[in-house]
Amino acid sequence: MSRTGSQILIDTLKEEKVEYVFGLPGGAVIPLFDHLFDSDIKFILTRHEQGAGHMADGYARATGKVGVCIVTSGPGATNLTTAIATANMDSVPMVAITGQVKTHLIGNDAFQEADITGITRPITKHNYLVKDIKDLGMIVKEAFYIASTGRPGAVVIDLPVDVTTDNWDGDNPEKINLPGYKPVYEGNMRQIKIAAEAINRSKKPVIYAGGGVIASNGSEELIALAKKANIPVNTTLLALGAFPEDDDLSLGMLGMHGTAYANFAVHESDLLIAIGARFDDRITGKVETFAPNAVVIHIDIDPTSISKNVKVDIPVVGDARRILLELIKLVKYVERKEWLESISGWKEKYPLSYKNSSEEIKPQYVVQQICEATKDKAIITTEVGQNQMWAAQFYTYTKPRSFISSGGLGTMGFGFPAAIGAKLGCPDKIVIDIAGDGSFQMNIQELSTAVNYNLPVIVAILNNGFLGMVRQWQELFYNKRYSQTQLVGSPDFVRVAEGYGATGFLVERKEDVRPIIEKSISIGGPVVIDFRVSPEENVFPMIPAGGAVHQMIGGMA
Amino acid sequence: MKHVISILVENKVGVLSRITGLFSGRGFNIESLAVGETENVKMSRMTIVVGGDDAILEQVRKQLGKVIDVIKVTDFTGKGHVARDLMLIKVNAIAGKRSEIVELVDVFRGKIIDVGQKDMVIEISGPEERLEAFLNLLRPYGIKEVARTGRIAMSRGLK
Repeated sequence: MSRTGSQILIDTLKEEKVEYVFGLPGGAVIPLFDHLFDSDIKFILTRHEQGAGHMADGYARATGKVGVCIVTSGPGATNLTTAIATANMDSVPMVAITGQVKTHLIGNDAFQEADITGITRPITKHNYLVKDIKDLGMIVKEAFYIASTGRPGAVVIDLPVDVTTDNWDGDNPEKINLPGYKPVYEGNMRQIKIAAEAINRSKKPVIYAGGGVIASNGSEELIALAKKANIPVNTTLLALGAFPEDDDLSLGMLGMHGTAYANFAVHESDLLIAIGARFDDRITGKVETFAPNAVVIHIDIDPTSISKNVKVDIPVVGDARRILLELIKLVKYVERKEWLESISGWKEKYPLSYKNSSEEIKPQYVVQQICEATKDKAIITTEVGQNQMWAAQFYTYTKPRSFISSGGLGTMGFGFPAAIGAKLGCPDKIVIDIAGDGSFQMNIQELSTAVNYNLPVIVAILNNGFLGMVRQWQELFYNKRYSQTQLVGSPDFVRVAEGYGATGFLVERKEDVRPIIEKSISIGGPVVIDFRVSPEENVFPMIPAGGAVHQMIGGMA
Repeated sequence: MKHVISILVENKVGVLSRITGLFSGRGFNIESLAVGETENVKMSRMTIVVGGDDAILEQVRKQLGKVIDVIKVTDFTGKGHVARDLMLIKVNAIAGKRSEIVELVDVFRGKIIDVGQKDMVIEISGPEERLEAFLNLLRPYGIKEVARTGRIAMSRGLK
């Protein structure tokens, strides 16, 4: 049966079991949207392409499925690039379909033309320009396969409008043939044995778990390994929830704004077990002083991550979950009394803390109250900056995929659309975006989307009137010269919310914090809460960029 | 240290920019690059000469391996291989000097492929050092133009 390119695309999306597509139409995708009109794929219309990309991303992070978005050529596609880079940097499976001008016009500077495969090459796992309808089905299948396997990532399919209107009577290929793409899943058993021996020998081991644990659905295995071998666990920002933070073995987050005890443990360890992590500079600080006495085991599916920043002694390439399963069999319980005692000593002496106030609302207090109201039941997304770090520090995550944040790229404006995507993927979860007044304004227009589909997503703005993290750096390292960080002219967020048809609350008194959180959860529609928090609160502890553990500021009280 | 890396890639549009973009984006330095079809029209071979220490080269090899269109990456360094550059040289050759130049070309097993009133064009291929030596010998005559390819390389057969 002859099908148009649009039909082939939609059929293939269905074959890939796509439930939601996020996006916005435009000239080059009108024929495609005409077919989508009759399709049973649920389309979520956004107000900006970046919002669509982050929604697909949030959906993917919350569910583990591939997030899909469709936008038009030129500006539609360039608007999407930040979301593509965000997803790719955090290894999120995403397929982004961009319209393109007719094939014979490509390269002619046609209306709404941009070389999107050229633009997205460095920010995707792979990308395609479809020039012939005969290749379309194959390309879409390959795109889903590449996005979701190995180290997941973003794949762009650039689709010229004439390909969507052409007809072809061929079928999709049964099998994919990618001679240059063979991800390794099974770890080398010899390496795994060496790693297990190192673990069994170690007196002061610590696990450093990254987003790869969640991507491989390996949380249970991580817990099993830590318990069986009796090893404390710290996680990166992206791995929050991969190990229950209310467990005695949990050290919380490590790195620049990690807990003092997580960073001390890494510094004092004789064995660092990195699992699905990539030794980012926000984790290591100064590489030379990172885990100086430790033998390093590194389990990762991406061989380029190994020995890229930190020299690895025992590399194991493969899927984190499968390797953990093998490791669990080989490790034995070791008491490690002294090591665990010194860690609990640090925990007691240097807990995460802040100076609470009876007059002001402290942002950390808001996060703690959100945690008490929603622990184990919510997905928390964040924007980027102070709000993100407080959300990471003062909420207790116990389940994988319950914390969604732009880690690698650090994209402001991510949290709110990501929350919408997460809510669609997990309708039974309470979804709260812990936001800043700066970040929220970067994708505030998606309130329309939340209202349009009546999605009960809560935006909790920690409103301090500043681009807070930059202000913090200016305070600490630039003599309090607040260059362009004071946000003058921000709107009345309650009225903005109401203007969009959502609910808005202003919270200026500490005693209102908890009741308004509870009330917002019960409303059953989109809510914006404007928490007026103390304006110059800082995120502590903090290891200055490129610094070492002993340079930590705060948290030592 | 210089490494000669041979990359077998799918012969598709945009593959060259994926490779060169990877090098520039990650700060790797390409000293020379040559691309051409292989015995199989669906595949191309790129030969890249790249400098850097062992850690950089390890990243270069791994990052190349990660590109979906890359089928195989071979680093010839330390392995038996033959490597050749090709060079075209336009050199001043006024009457009276021509025979001297012809002698040099013969010694270096080059070829004269064009003779003009004032100059001639010489083709020579070989390992880099031989080409450099030849070029130095020609300098006194006055070199007008040089064009050279990137290096291409192949592993040696079993002896």
